Parts: sequence; C-alpha cells; structure tokens
Amino acid sequence: MTKEYKELAVAALRSGTVIDHIPSHNLFKAVKILGIEKMDRAVTIGNNLESSRLGTKGIIKVADVEFDEQVINRIAIIAPHAKINIIRNYEVAEKRPVRLADTIVGIVRCPNPKCITNNEPMKTHFDVTSRQDDDVTLRCRYCGHTVESSEAIIE
Amino acid sequence: MNKRSLVSIDDISREEIIDLLRRAQYFEANPTHKLLDGKVVATLFFEPSTRTRLSFETAVNRLGGRVIGFSDAATSSSSKGETLKDTIKMVSNYVDLIIMRHYLEGAARYATEVTDVPIINAGDGANQHPSQTLLDLYSIYKTQGTLYDLNITMVGDLKYGRTVHSLLMAMKYFRPTFHFVACDELRMPSQYKELCDSCGIKYYEHHDFSADVIGAADILYMTRVQRERFSDLLEYERVKNLYTLRRSMLEGSKPNLRVLHPLPRVNEIDQDVDESEKAYYFEQARGGLFARQAIICRALGIDTPTLTTSIES
Ligand SMILES: [Zn+2]
Repeated sequence: MTKEYKELAVAALRSGTVIDHIPSHNLFKAVKILGIEKMDRAVTIGNNLESSRLGTKGIIKVADVEFDEQVINRIAIIAPHAKINIIRNYEVAEKRPVRLADTIVGIVRCPNPKCITNNEPMKTHFDVTSRQDDDVTLRCRYCGHTVESSEAIIE
Repeated sequence: MNKRSLVSIDDISREEIIDLLRRAQYFEANPTHKLLDGKVVATLFFEPSTRTRLSFETAVNRLGGRVIGFSDAATSSSSKGETLKDTIKMVSNYVDLIIMRHYLEGAARYATEVTDVPIINAGDGANQHPSQTLLDLYSIYKTQGTLYDLNITMVGDLKYGRTVHSLLMAMKYFRPTFHFVACDELRMPSQYKELCDSCGIKYYEHHDFSADVIGAADILYMTRVQRERFSDLLEYERVKNLYTLRRSMLEGSKPNLRVLHPLPRVNEIDQDVDESEKAYYFEQARGGLFARQAIICRALGIDTPTLTTSIES
C-alpha cells in the first residue's frame, strides 16, 4: 500500500463520525443499514484497506454527523468488531466498540419464505439467542426460525 | 395486545397448563354451560381445517356463545388482497375473541400485536398449534392419572411433526423420559434434544420400533410418516412400514399403556389396533372439545369452576 493512499484513507475530518474495522465484504451492507446513501454530508468510504486483525477492512467517514447510538449499533450484526470514533474539532472525542442489542427490529430478513414477515408489510423482529465471538444467532419472534448473523440477509 | 391470547404452548407456565387441564376436566363433566351468553367469537380460517374448526365452534356453541367467520381464505377478504392486519382490525370491531388458523408461520403472533381482542392460535403453518398440545396433555393426564414421571415414546416423523415438538416442550415441566423412534431422515431435531439436556430430561433414540421400546412405554405417541418429507424416495419405500403399529405388537405392553395419535392417520396404526382397549386416539380427539372450552374461557377471562382432583405431584 502506497503512502499516498494511506494518507487519503485517514484524511482529517473536522467533526463527524469514523466507523473503522468493518469487514471488507460487509462494508456496503453497513452503508445500507446506516442509510448513508441518502445523506447529503461529505461521505468518504474506503475498502480493502490493510488490517492486522481482519486482513482487509472497510472504513466509513461521515462529516458533521453523530449517529444515534441505537442506530449505529445496528451494524454490529455484520461488523461485530467495528469501532466508532466521534471526531470533534479534529480530535477523537469518543471511541467505542459497537454492541448488538438483544432485539433487532427491521434490518434482517427472515430466511423462512412462509414467515408472516415475508408476506405482510411489517417489520421483522429478531431476538439474539446466543453470542459466540463473531457469530450471533438470531431467532425470528414470529416463526421461530433461526439465522446466523454471518448469513443474515439485510433488508 | 391482549395478555390472555394463546399463541404458543411456550407462552404459558406449568401452573397455567395445570389450571387449563382442571378446567377441561370440569367441562368434561359439564359440557353444556352458558358461560359465553351474549359473546360473539370469530373463527377465521385462512387455511381450511374442518376438524379443528368444528371442534372450536362446538366448544363455543356448548358454552352458549355465537360464532361468525369464514372457513377458507377464498371466501374471505384476504383473497382480494387485504392484509392480515386489516382483516384482524376489521373483525376486532365485532367480536370478543378471535380464533384463527393461517398458512403463514407467525400469523397469530402478529395478529396479537394489531388488536386488543384476545387471539387463540388454531395453527399457523408448521409453527404452533397449542390447543392440540393441550388436548394431548389432557389425554395423557386422563389415561395415566398424572403427568409426572411418565415414559413417553414418540414414533414416526419426529423431524417435521409439529405436534411432537410442542408436546415435548410442554412435558418438560413433568419429569418425563422420552424415547424417540424414527428413521435417520426423520430424527428429532437437535434443538429439542438440547432442550431436554438443559432441562435434565432423559431421552433415548431408536431406529427399531421394537418390543422392548413398546414394553417400556406408558404413552405411545404415533405420527404420520409422509412421503413428501423424504428427499430420497427409495428411503421412504424402505422405512414406510417400519413405523406402523399392529395389534400383535401390543402384547406384553404395560396395562396402563395408551396409544395416541393427532389424527388423521393413514396407515401408521393398523385398523385392528382400534379394537384394543389401549387405543385412545378417538377419545383423545373428543377431549379436544373440553380443552378448547377451557382455552376459550381463559382467553375471555371467564372464571370457571374446576374439579378438585389433584394434578400436582
Ligand atoms: Zn420468521
């Protein structure tokens, strides 16, 4: 990786949010979950960057936006090791990991085609039944089917 | 959301199960009782099931209530594209209780979220059918005099059979020993065996529907082995007759043994078993009426007398 490229990846942000350590293959899922496509602020997205932990990683920087904690924690489904950096006045004012809530409303689609959630205009509702490192098991509150977070289809 | 709704047998506690069985006992002794005078009950069958619908409607009628509804989705507004939510909200304006069956899994749970009228789930796809479970428990209790410490042998389709899964979950309170008799393709799924492990319930798996297994049983719970469940039709041909109960196989079984089956049966119980005093599947279906009367009264918050025999151990 060239020096130039690295500098671009960490280009300074005056204020806003940097989401780091997103697995490369899930970067665009994270973009979708956070609704970044619809934002009008400056957004920088980097992917396939070197990471000692993940091999390669993705990073998202959004200027002038601090996400609601509940909103940003939703990406924990697909990026359990993501780190949130809140930047104020060019400095990291807060740094914290994401944490997956015990229930997830919306976002994940139920894998069961005969589930009511795939046939009515309604939100899905999953309960987290086990957490093992990267993989989290989710159980549909309606039909009882389970899905591993790594295989979850994002709505 | 109405807290007296019954969507899954898992939603109710051991005490509530026992309370419902006591009420069912009362209704068996007093089947006609005008406790629902002036009440209107909807039976919404988005998927036809004559057996279950007749049982519920008879239960309402015997309690003196009135029934409105439909018996399949083709005659309902859902065939015009109305959402389930809209149908439930519309019907909720008219009735005190909704009993519903739906081909989609989770439909009854969703219905409870869009109305304050109590909902009774009369089956949602392959998911839950709590009144069937309650009538199974009632049969076990009636024939054995207790729910505790019984040897329960489940035979046939243990993989897809919703009734065996629900029965297993409900029996977890009563210290059972389970025997699971099935071919490899239709074995009890691991999640239910893990549930047994976590509750300290003993279980044994068998391929052979042998004299030893039958000889140890207090309850033989038979299920249908359906051809469409098999990915390998040769395997179906090989096993289809291995899990059929014949009268001769009951020789040497315990005197208190009773044979249950959720019905309809095809060929998994030979006709000659019907004459045995150990065949209980027709009485089992009859008990469904009393179990459903009990469930309906609970859903409406109507207090019913109970007989004072002890179910507790
Ligand atoms: Zn589902």
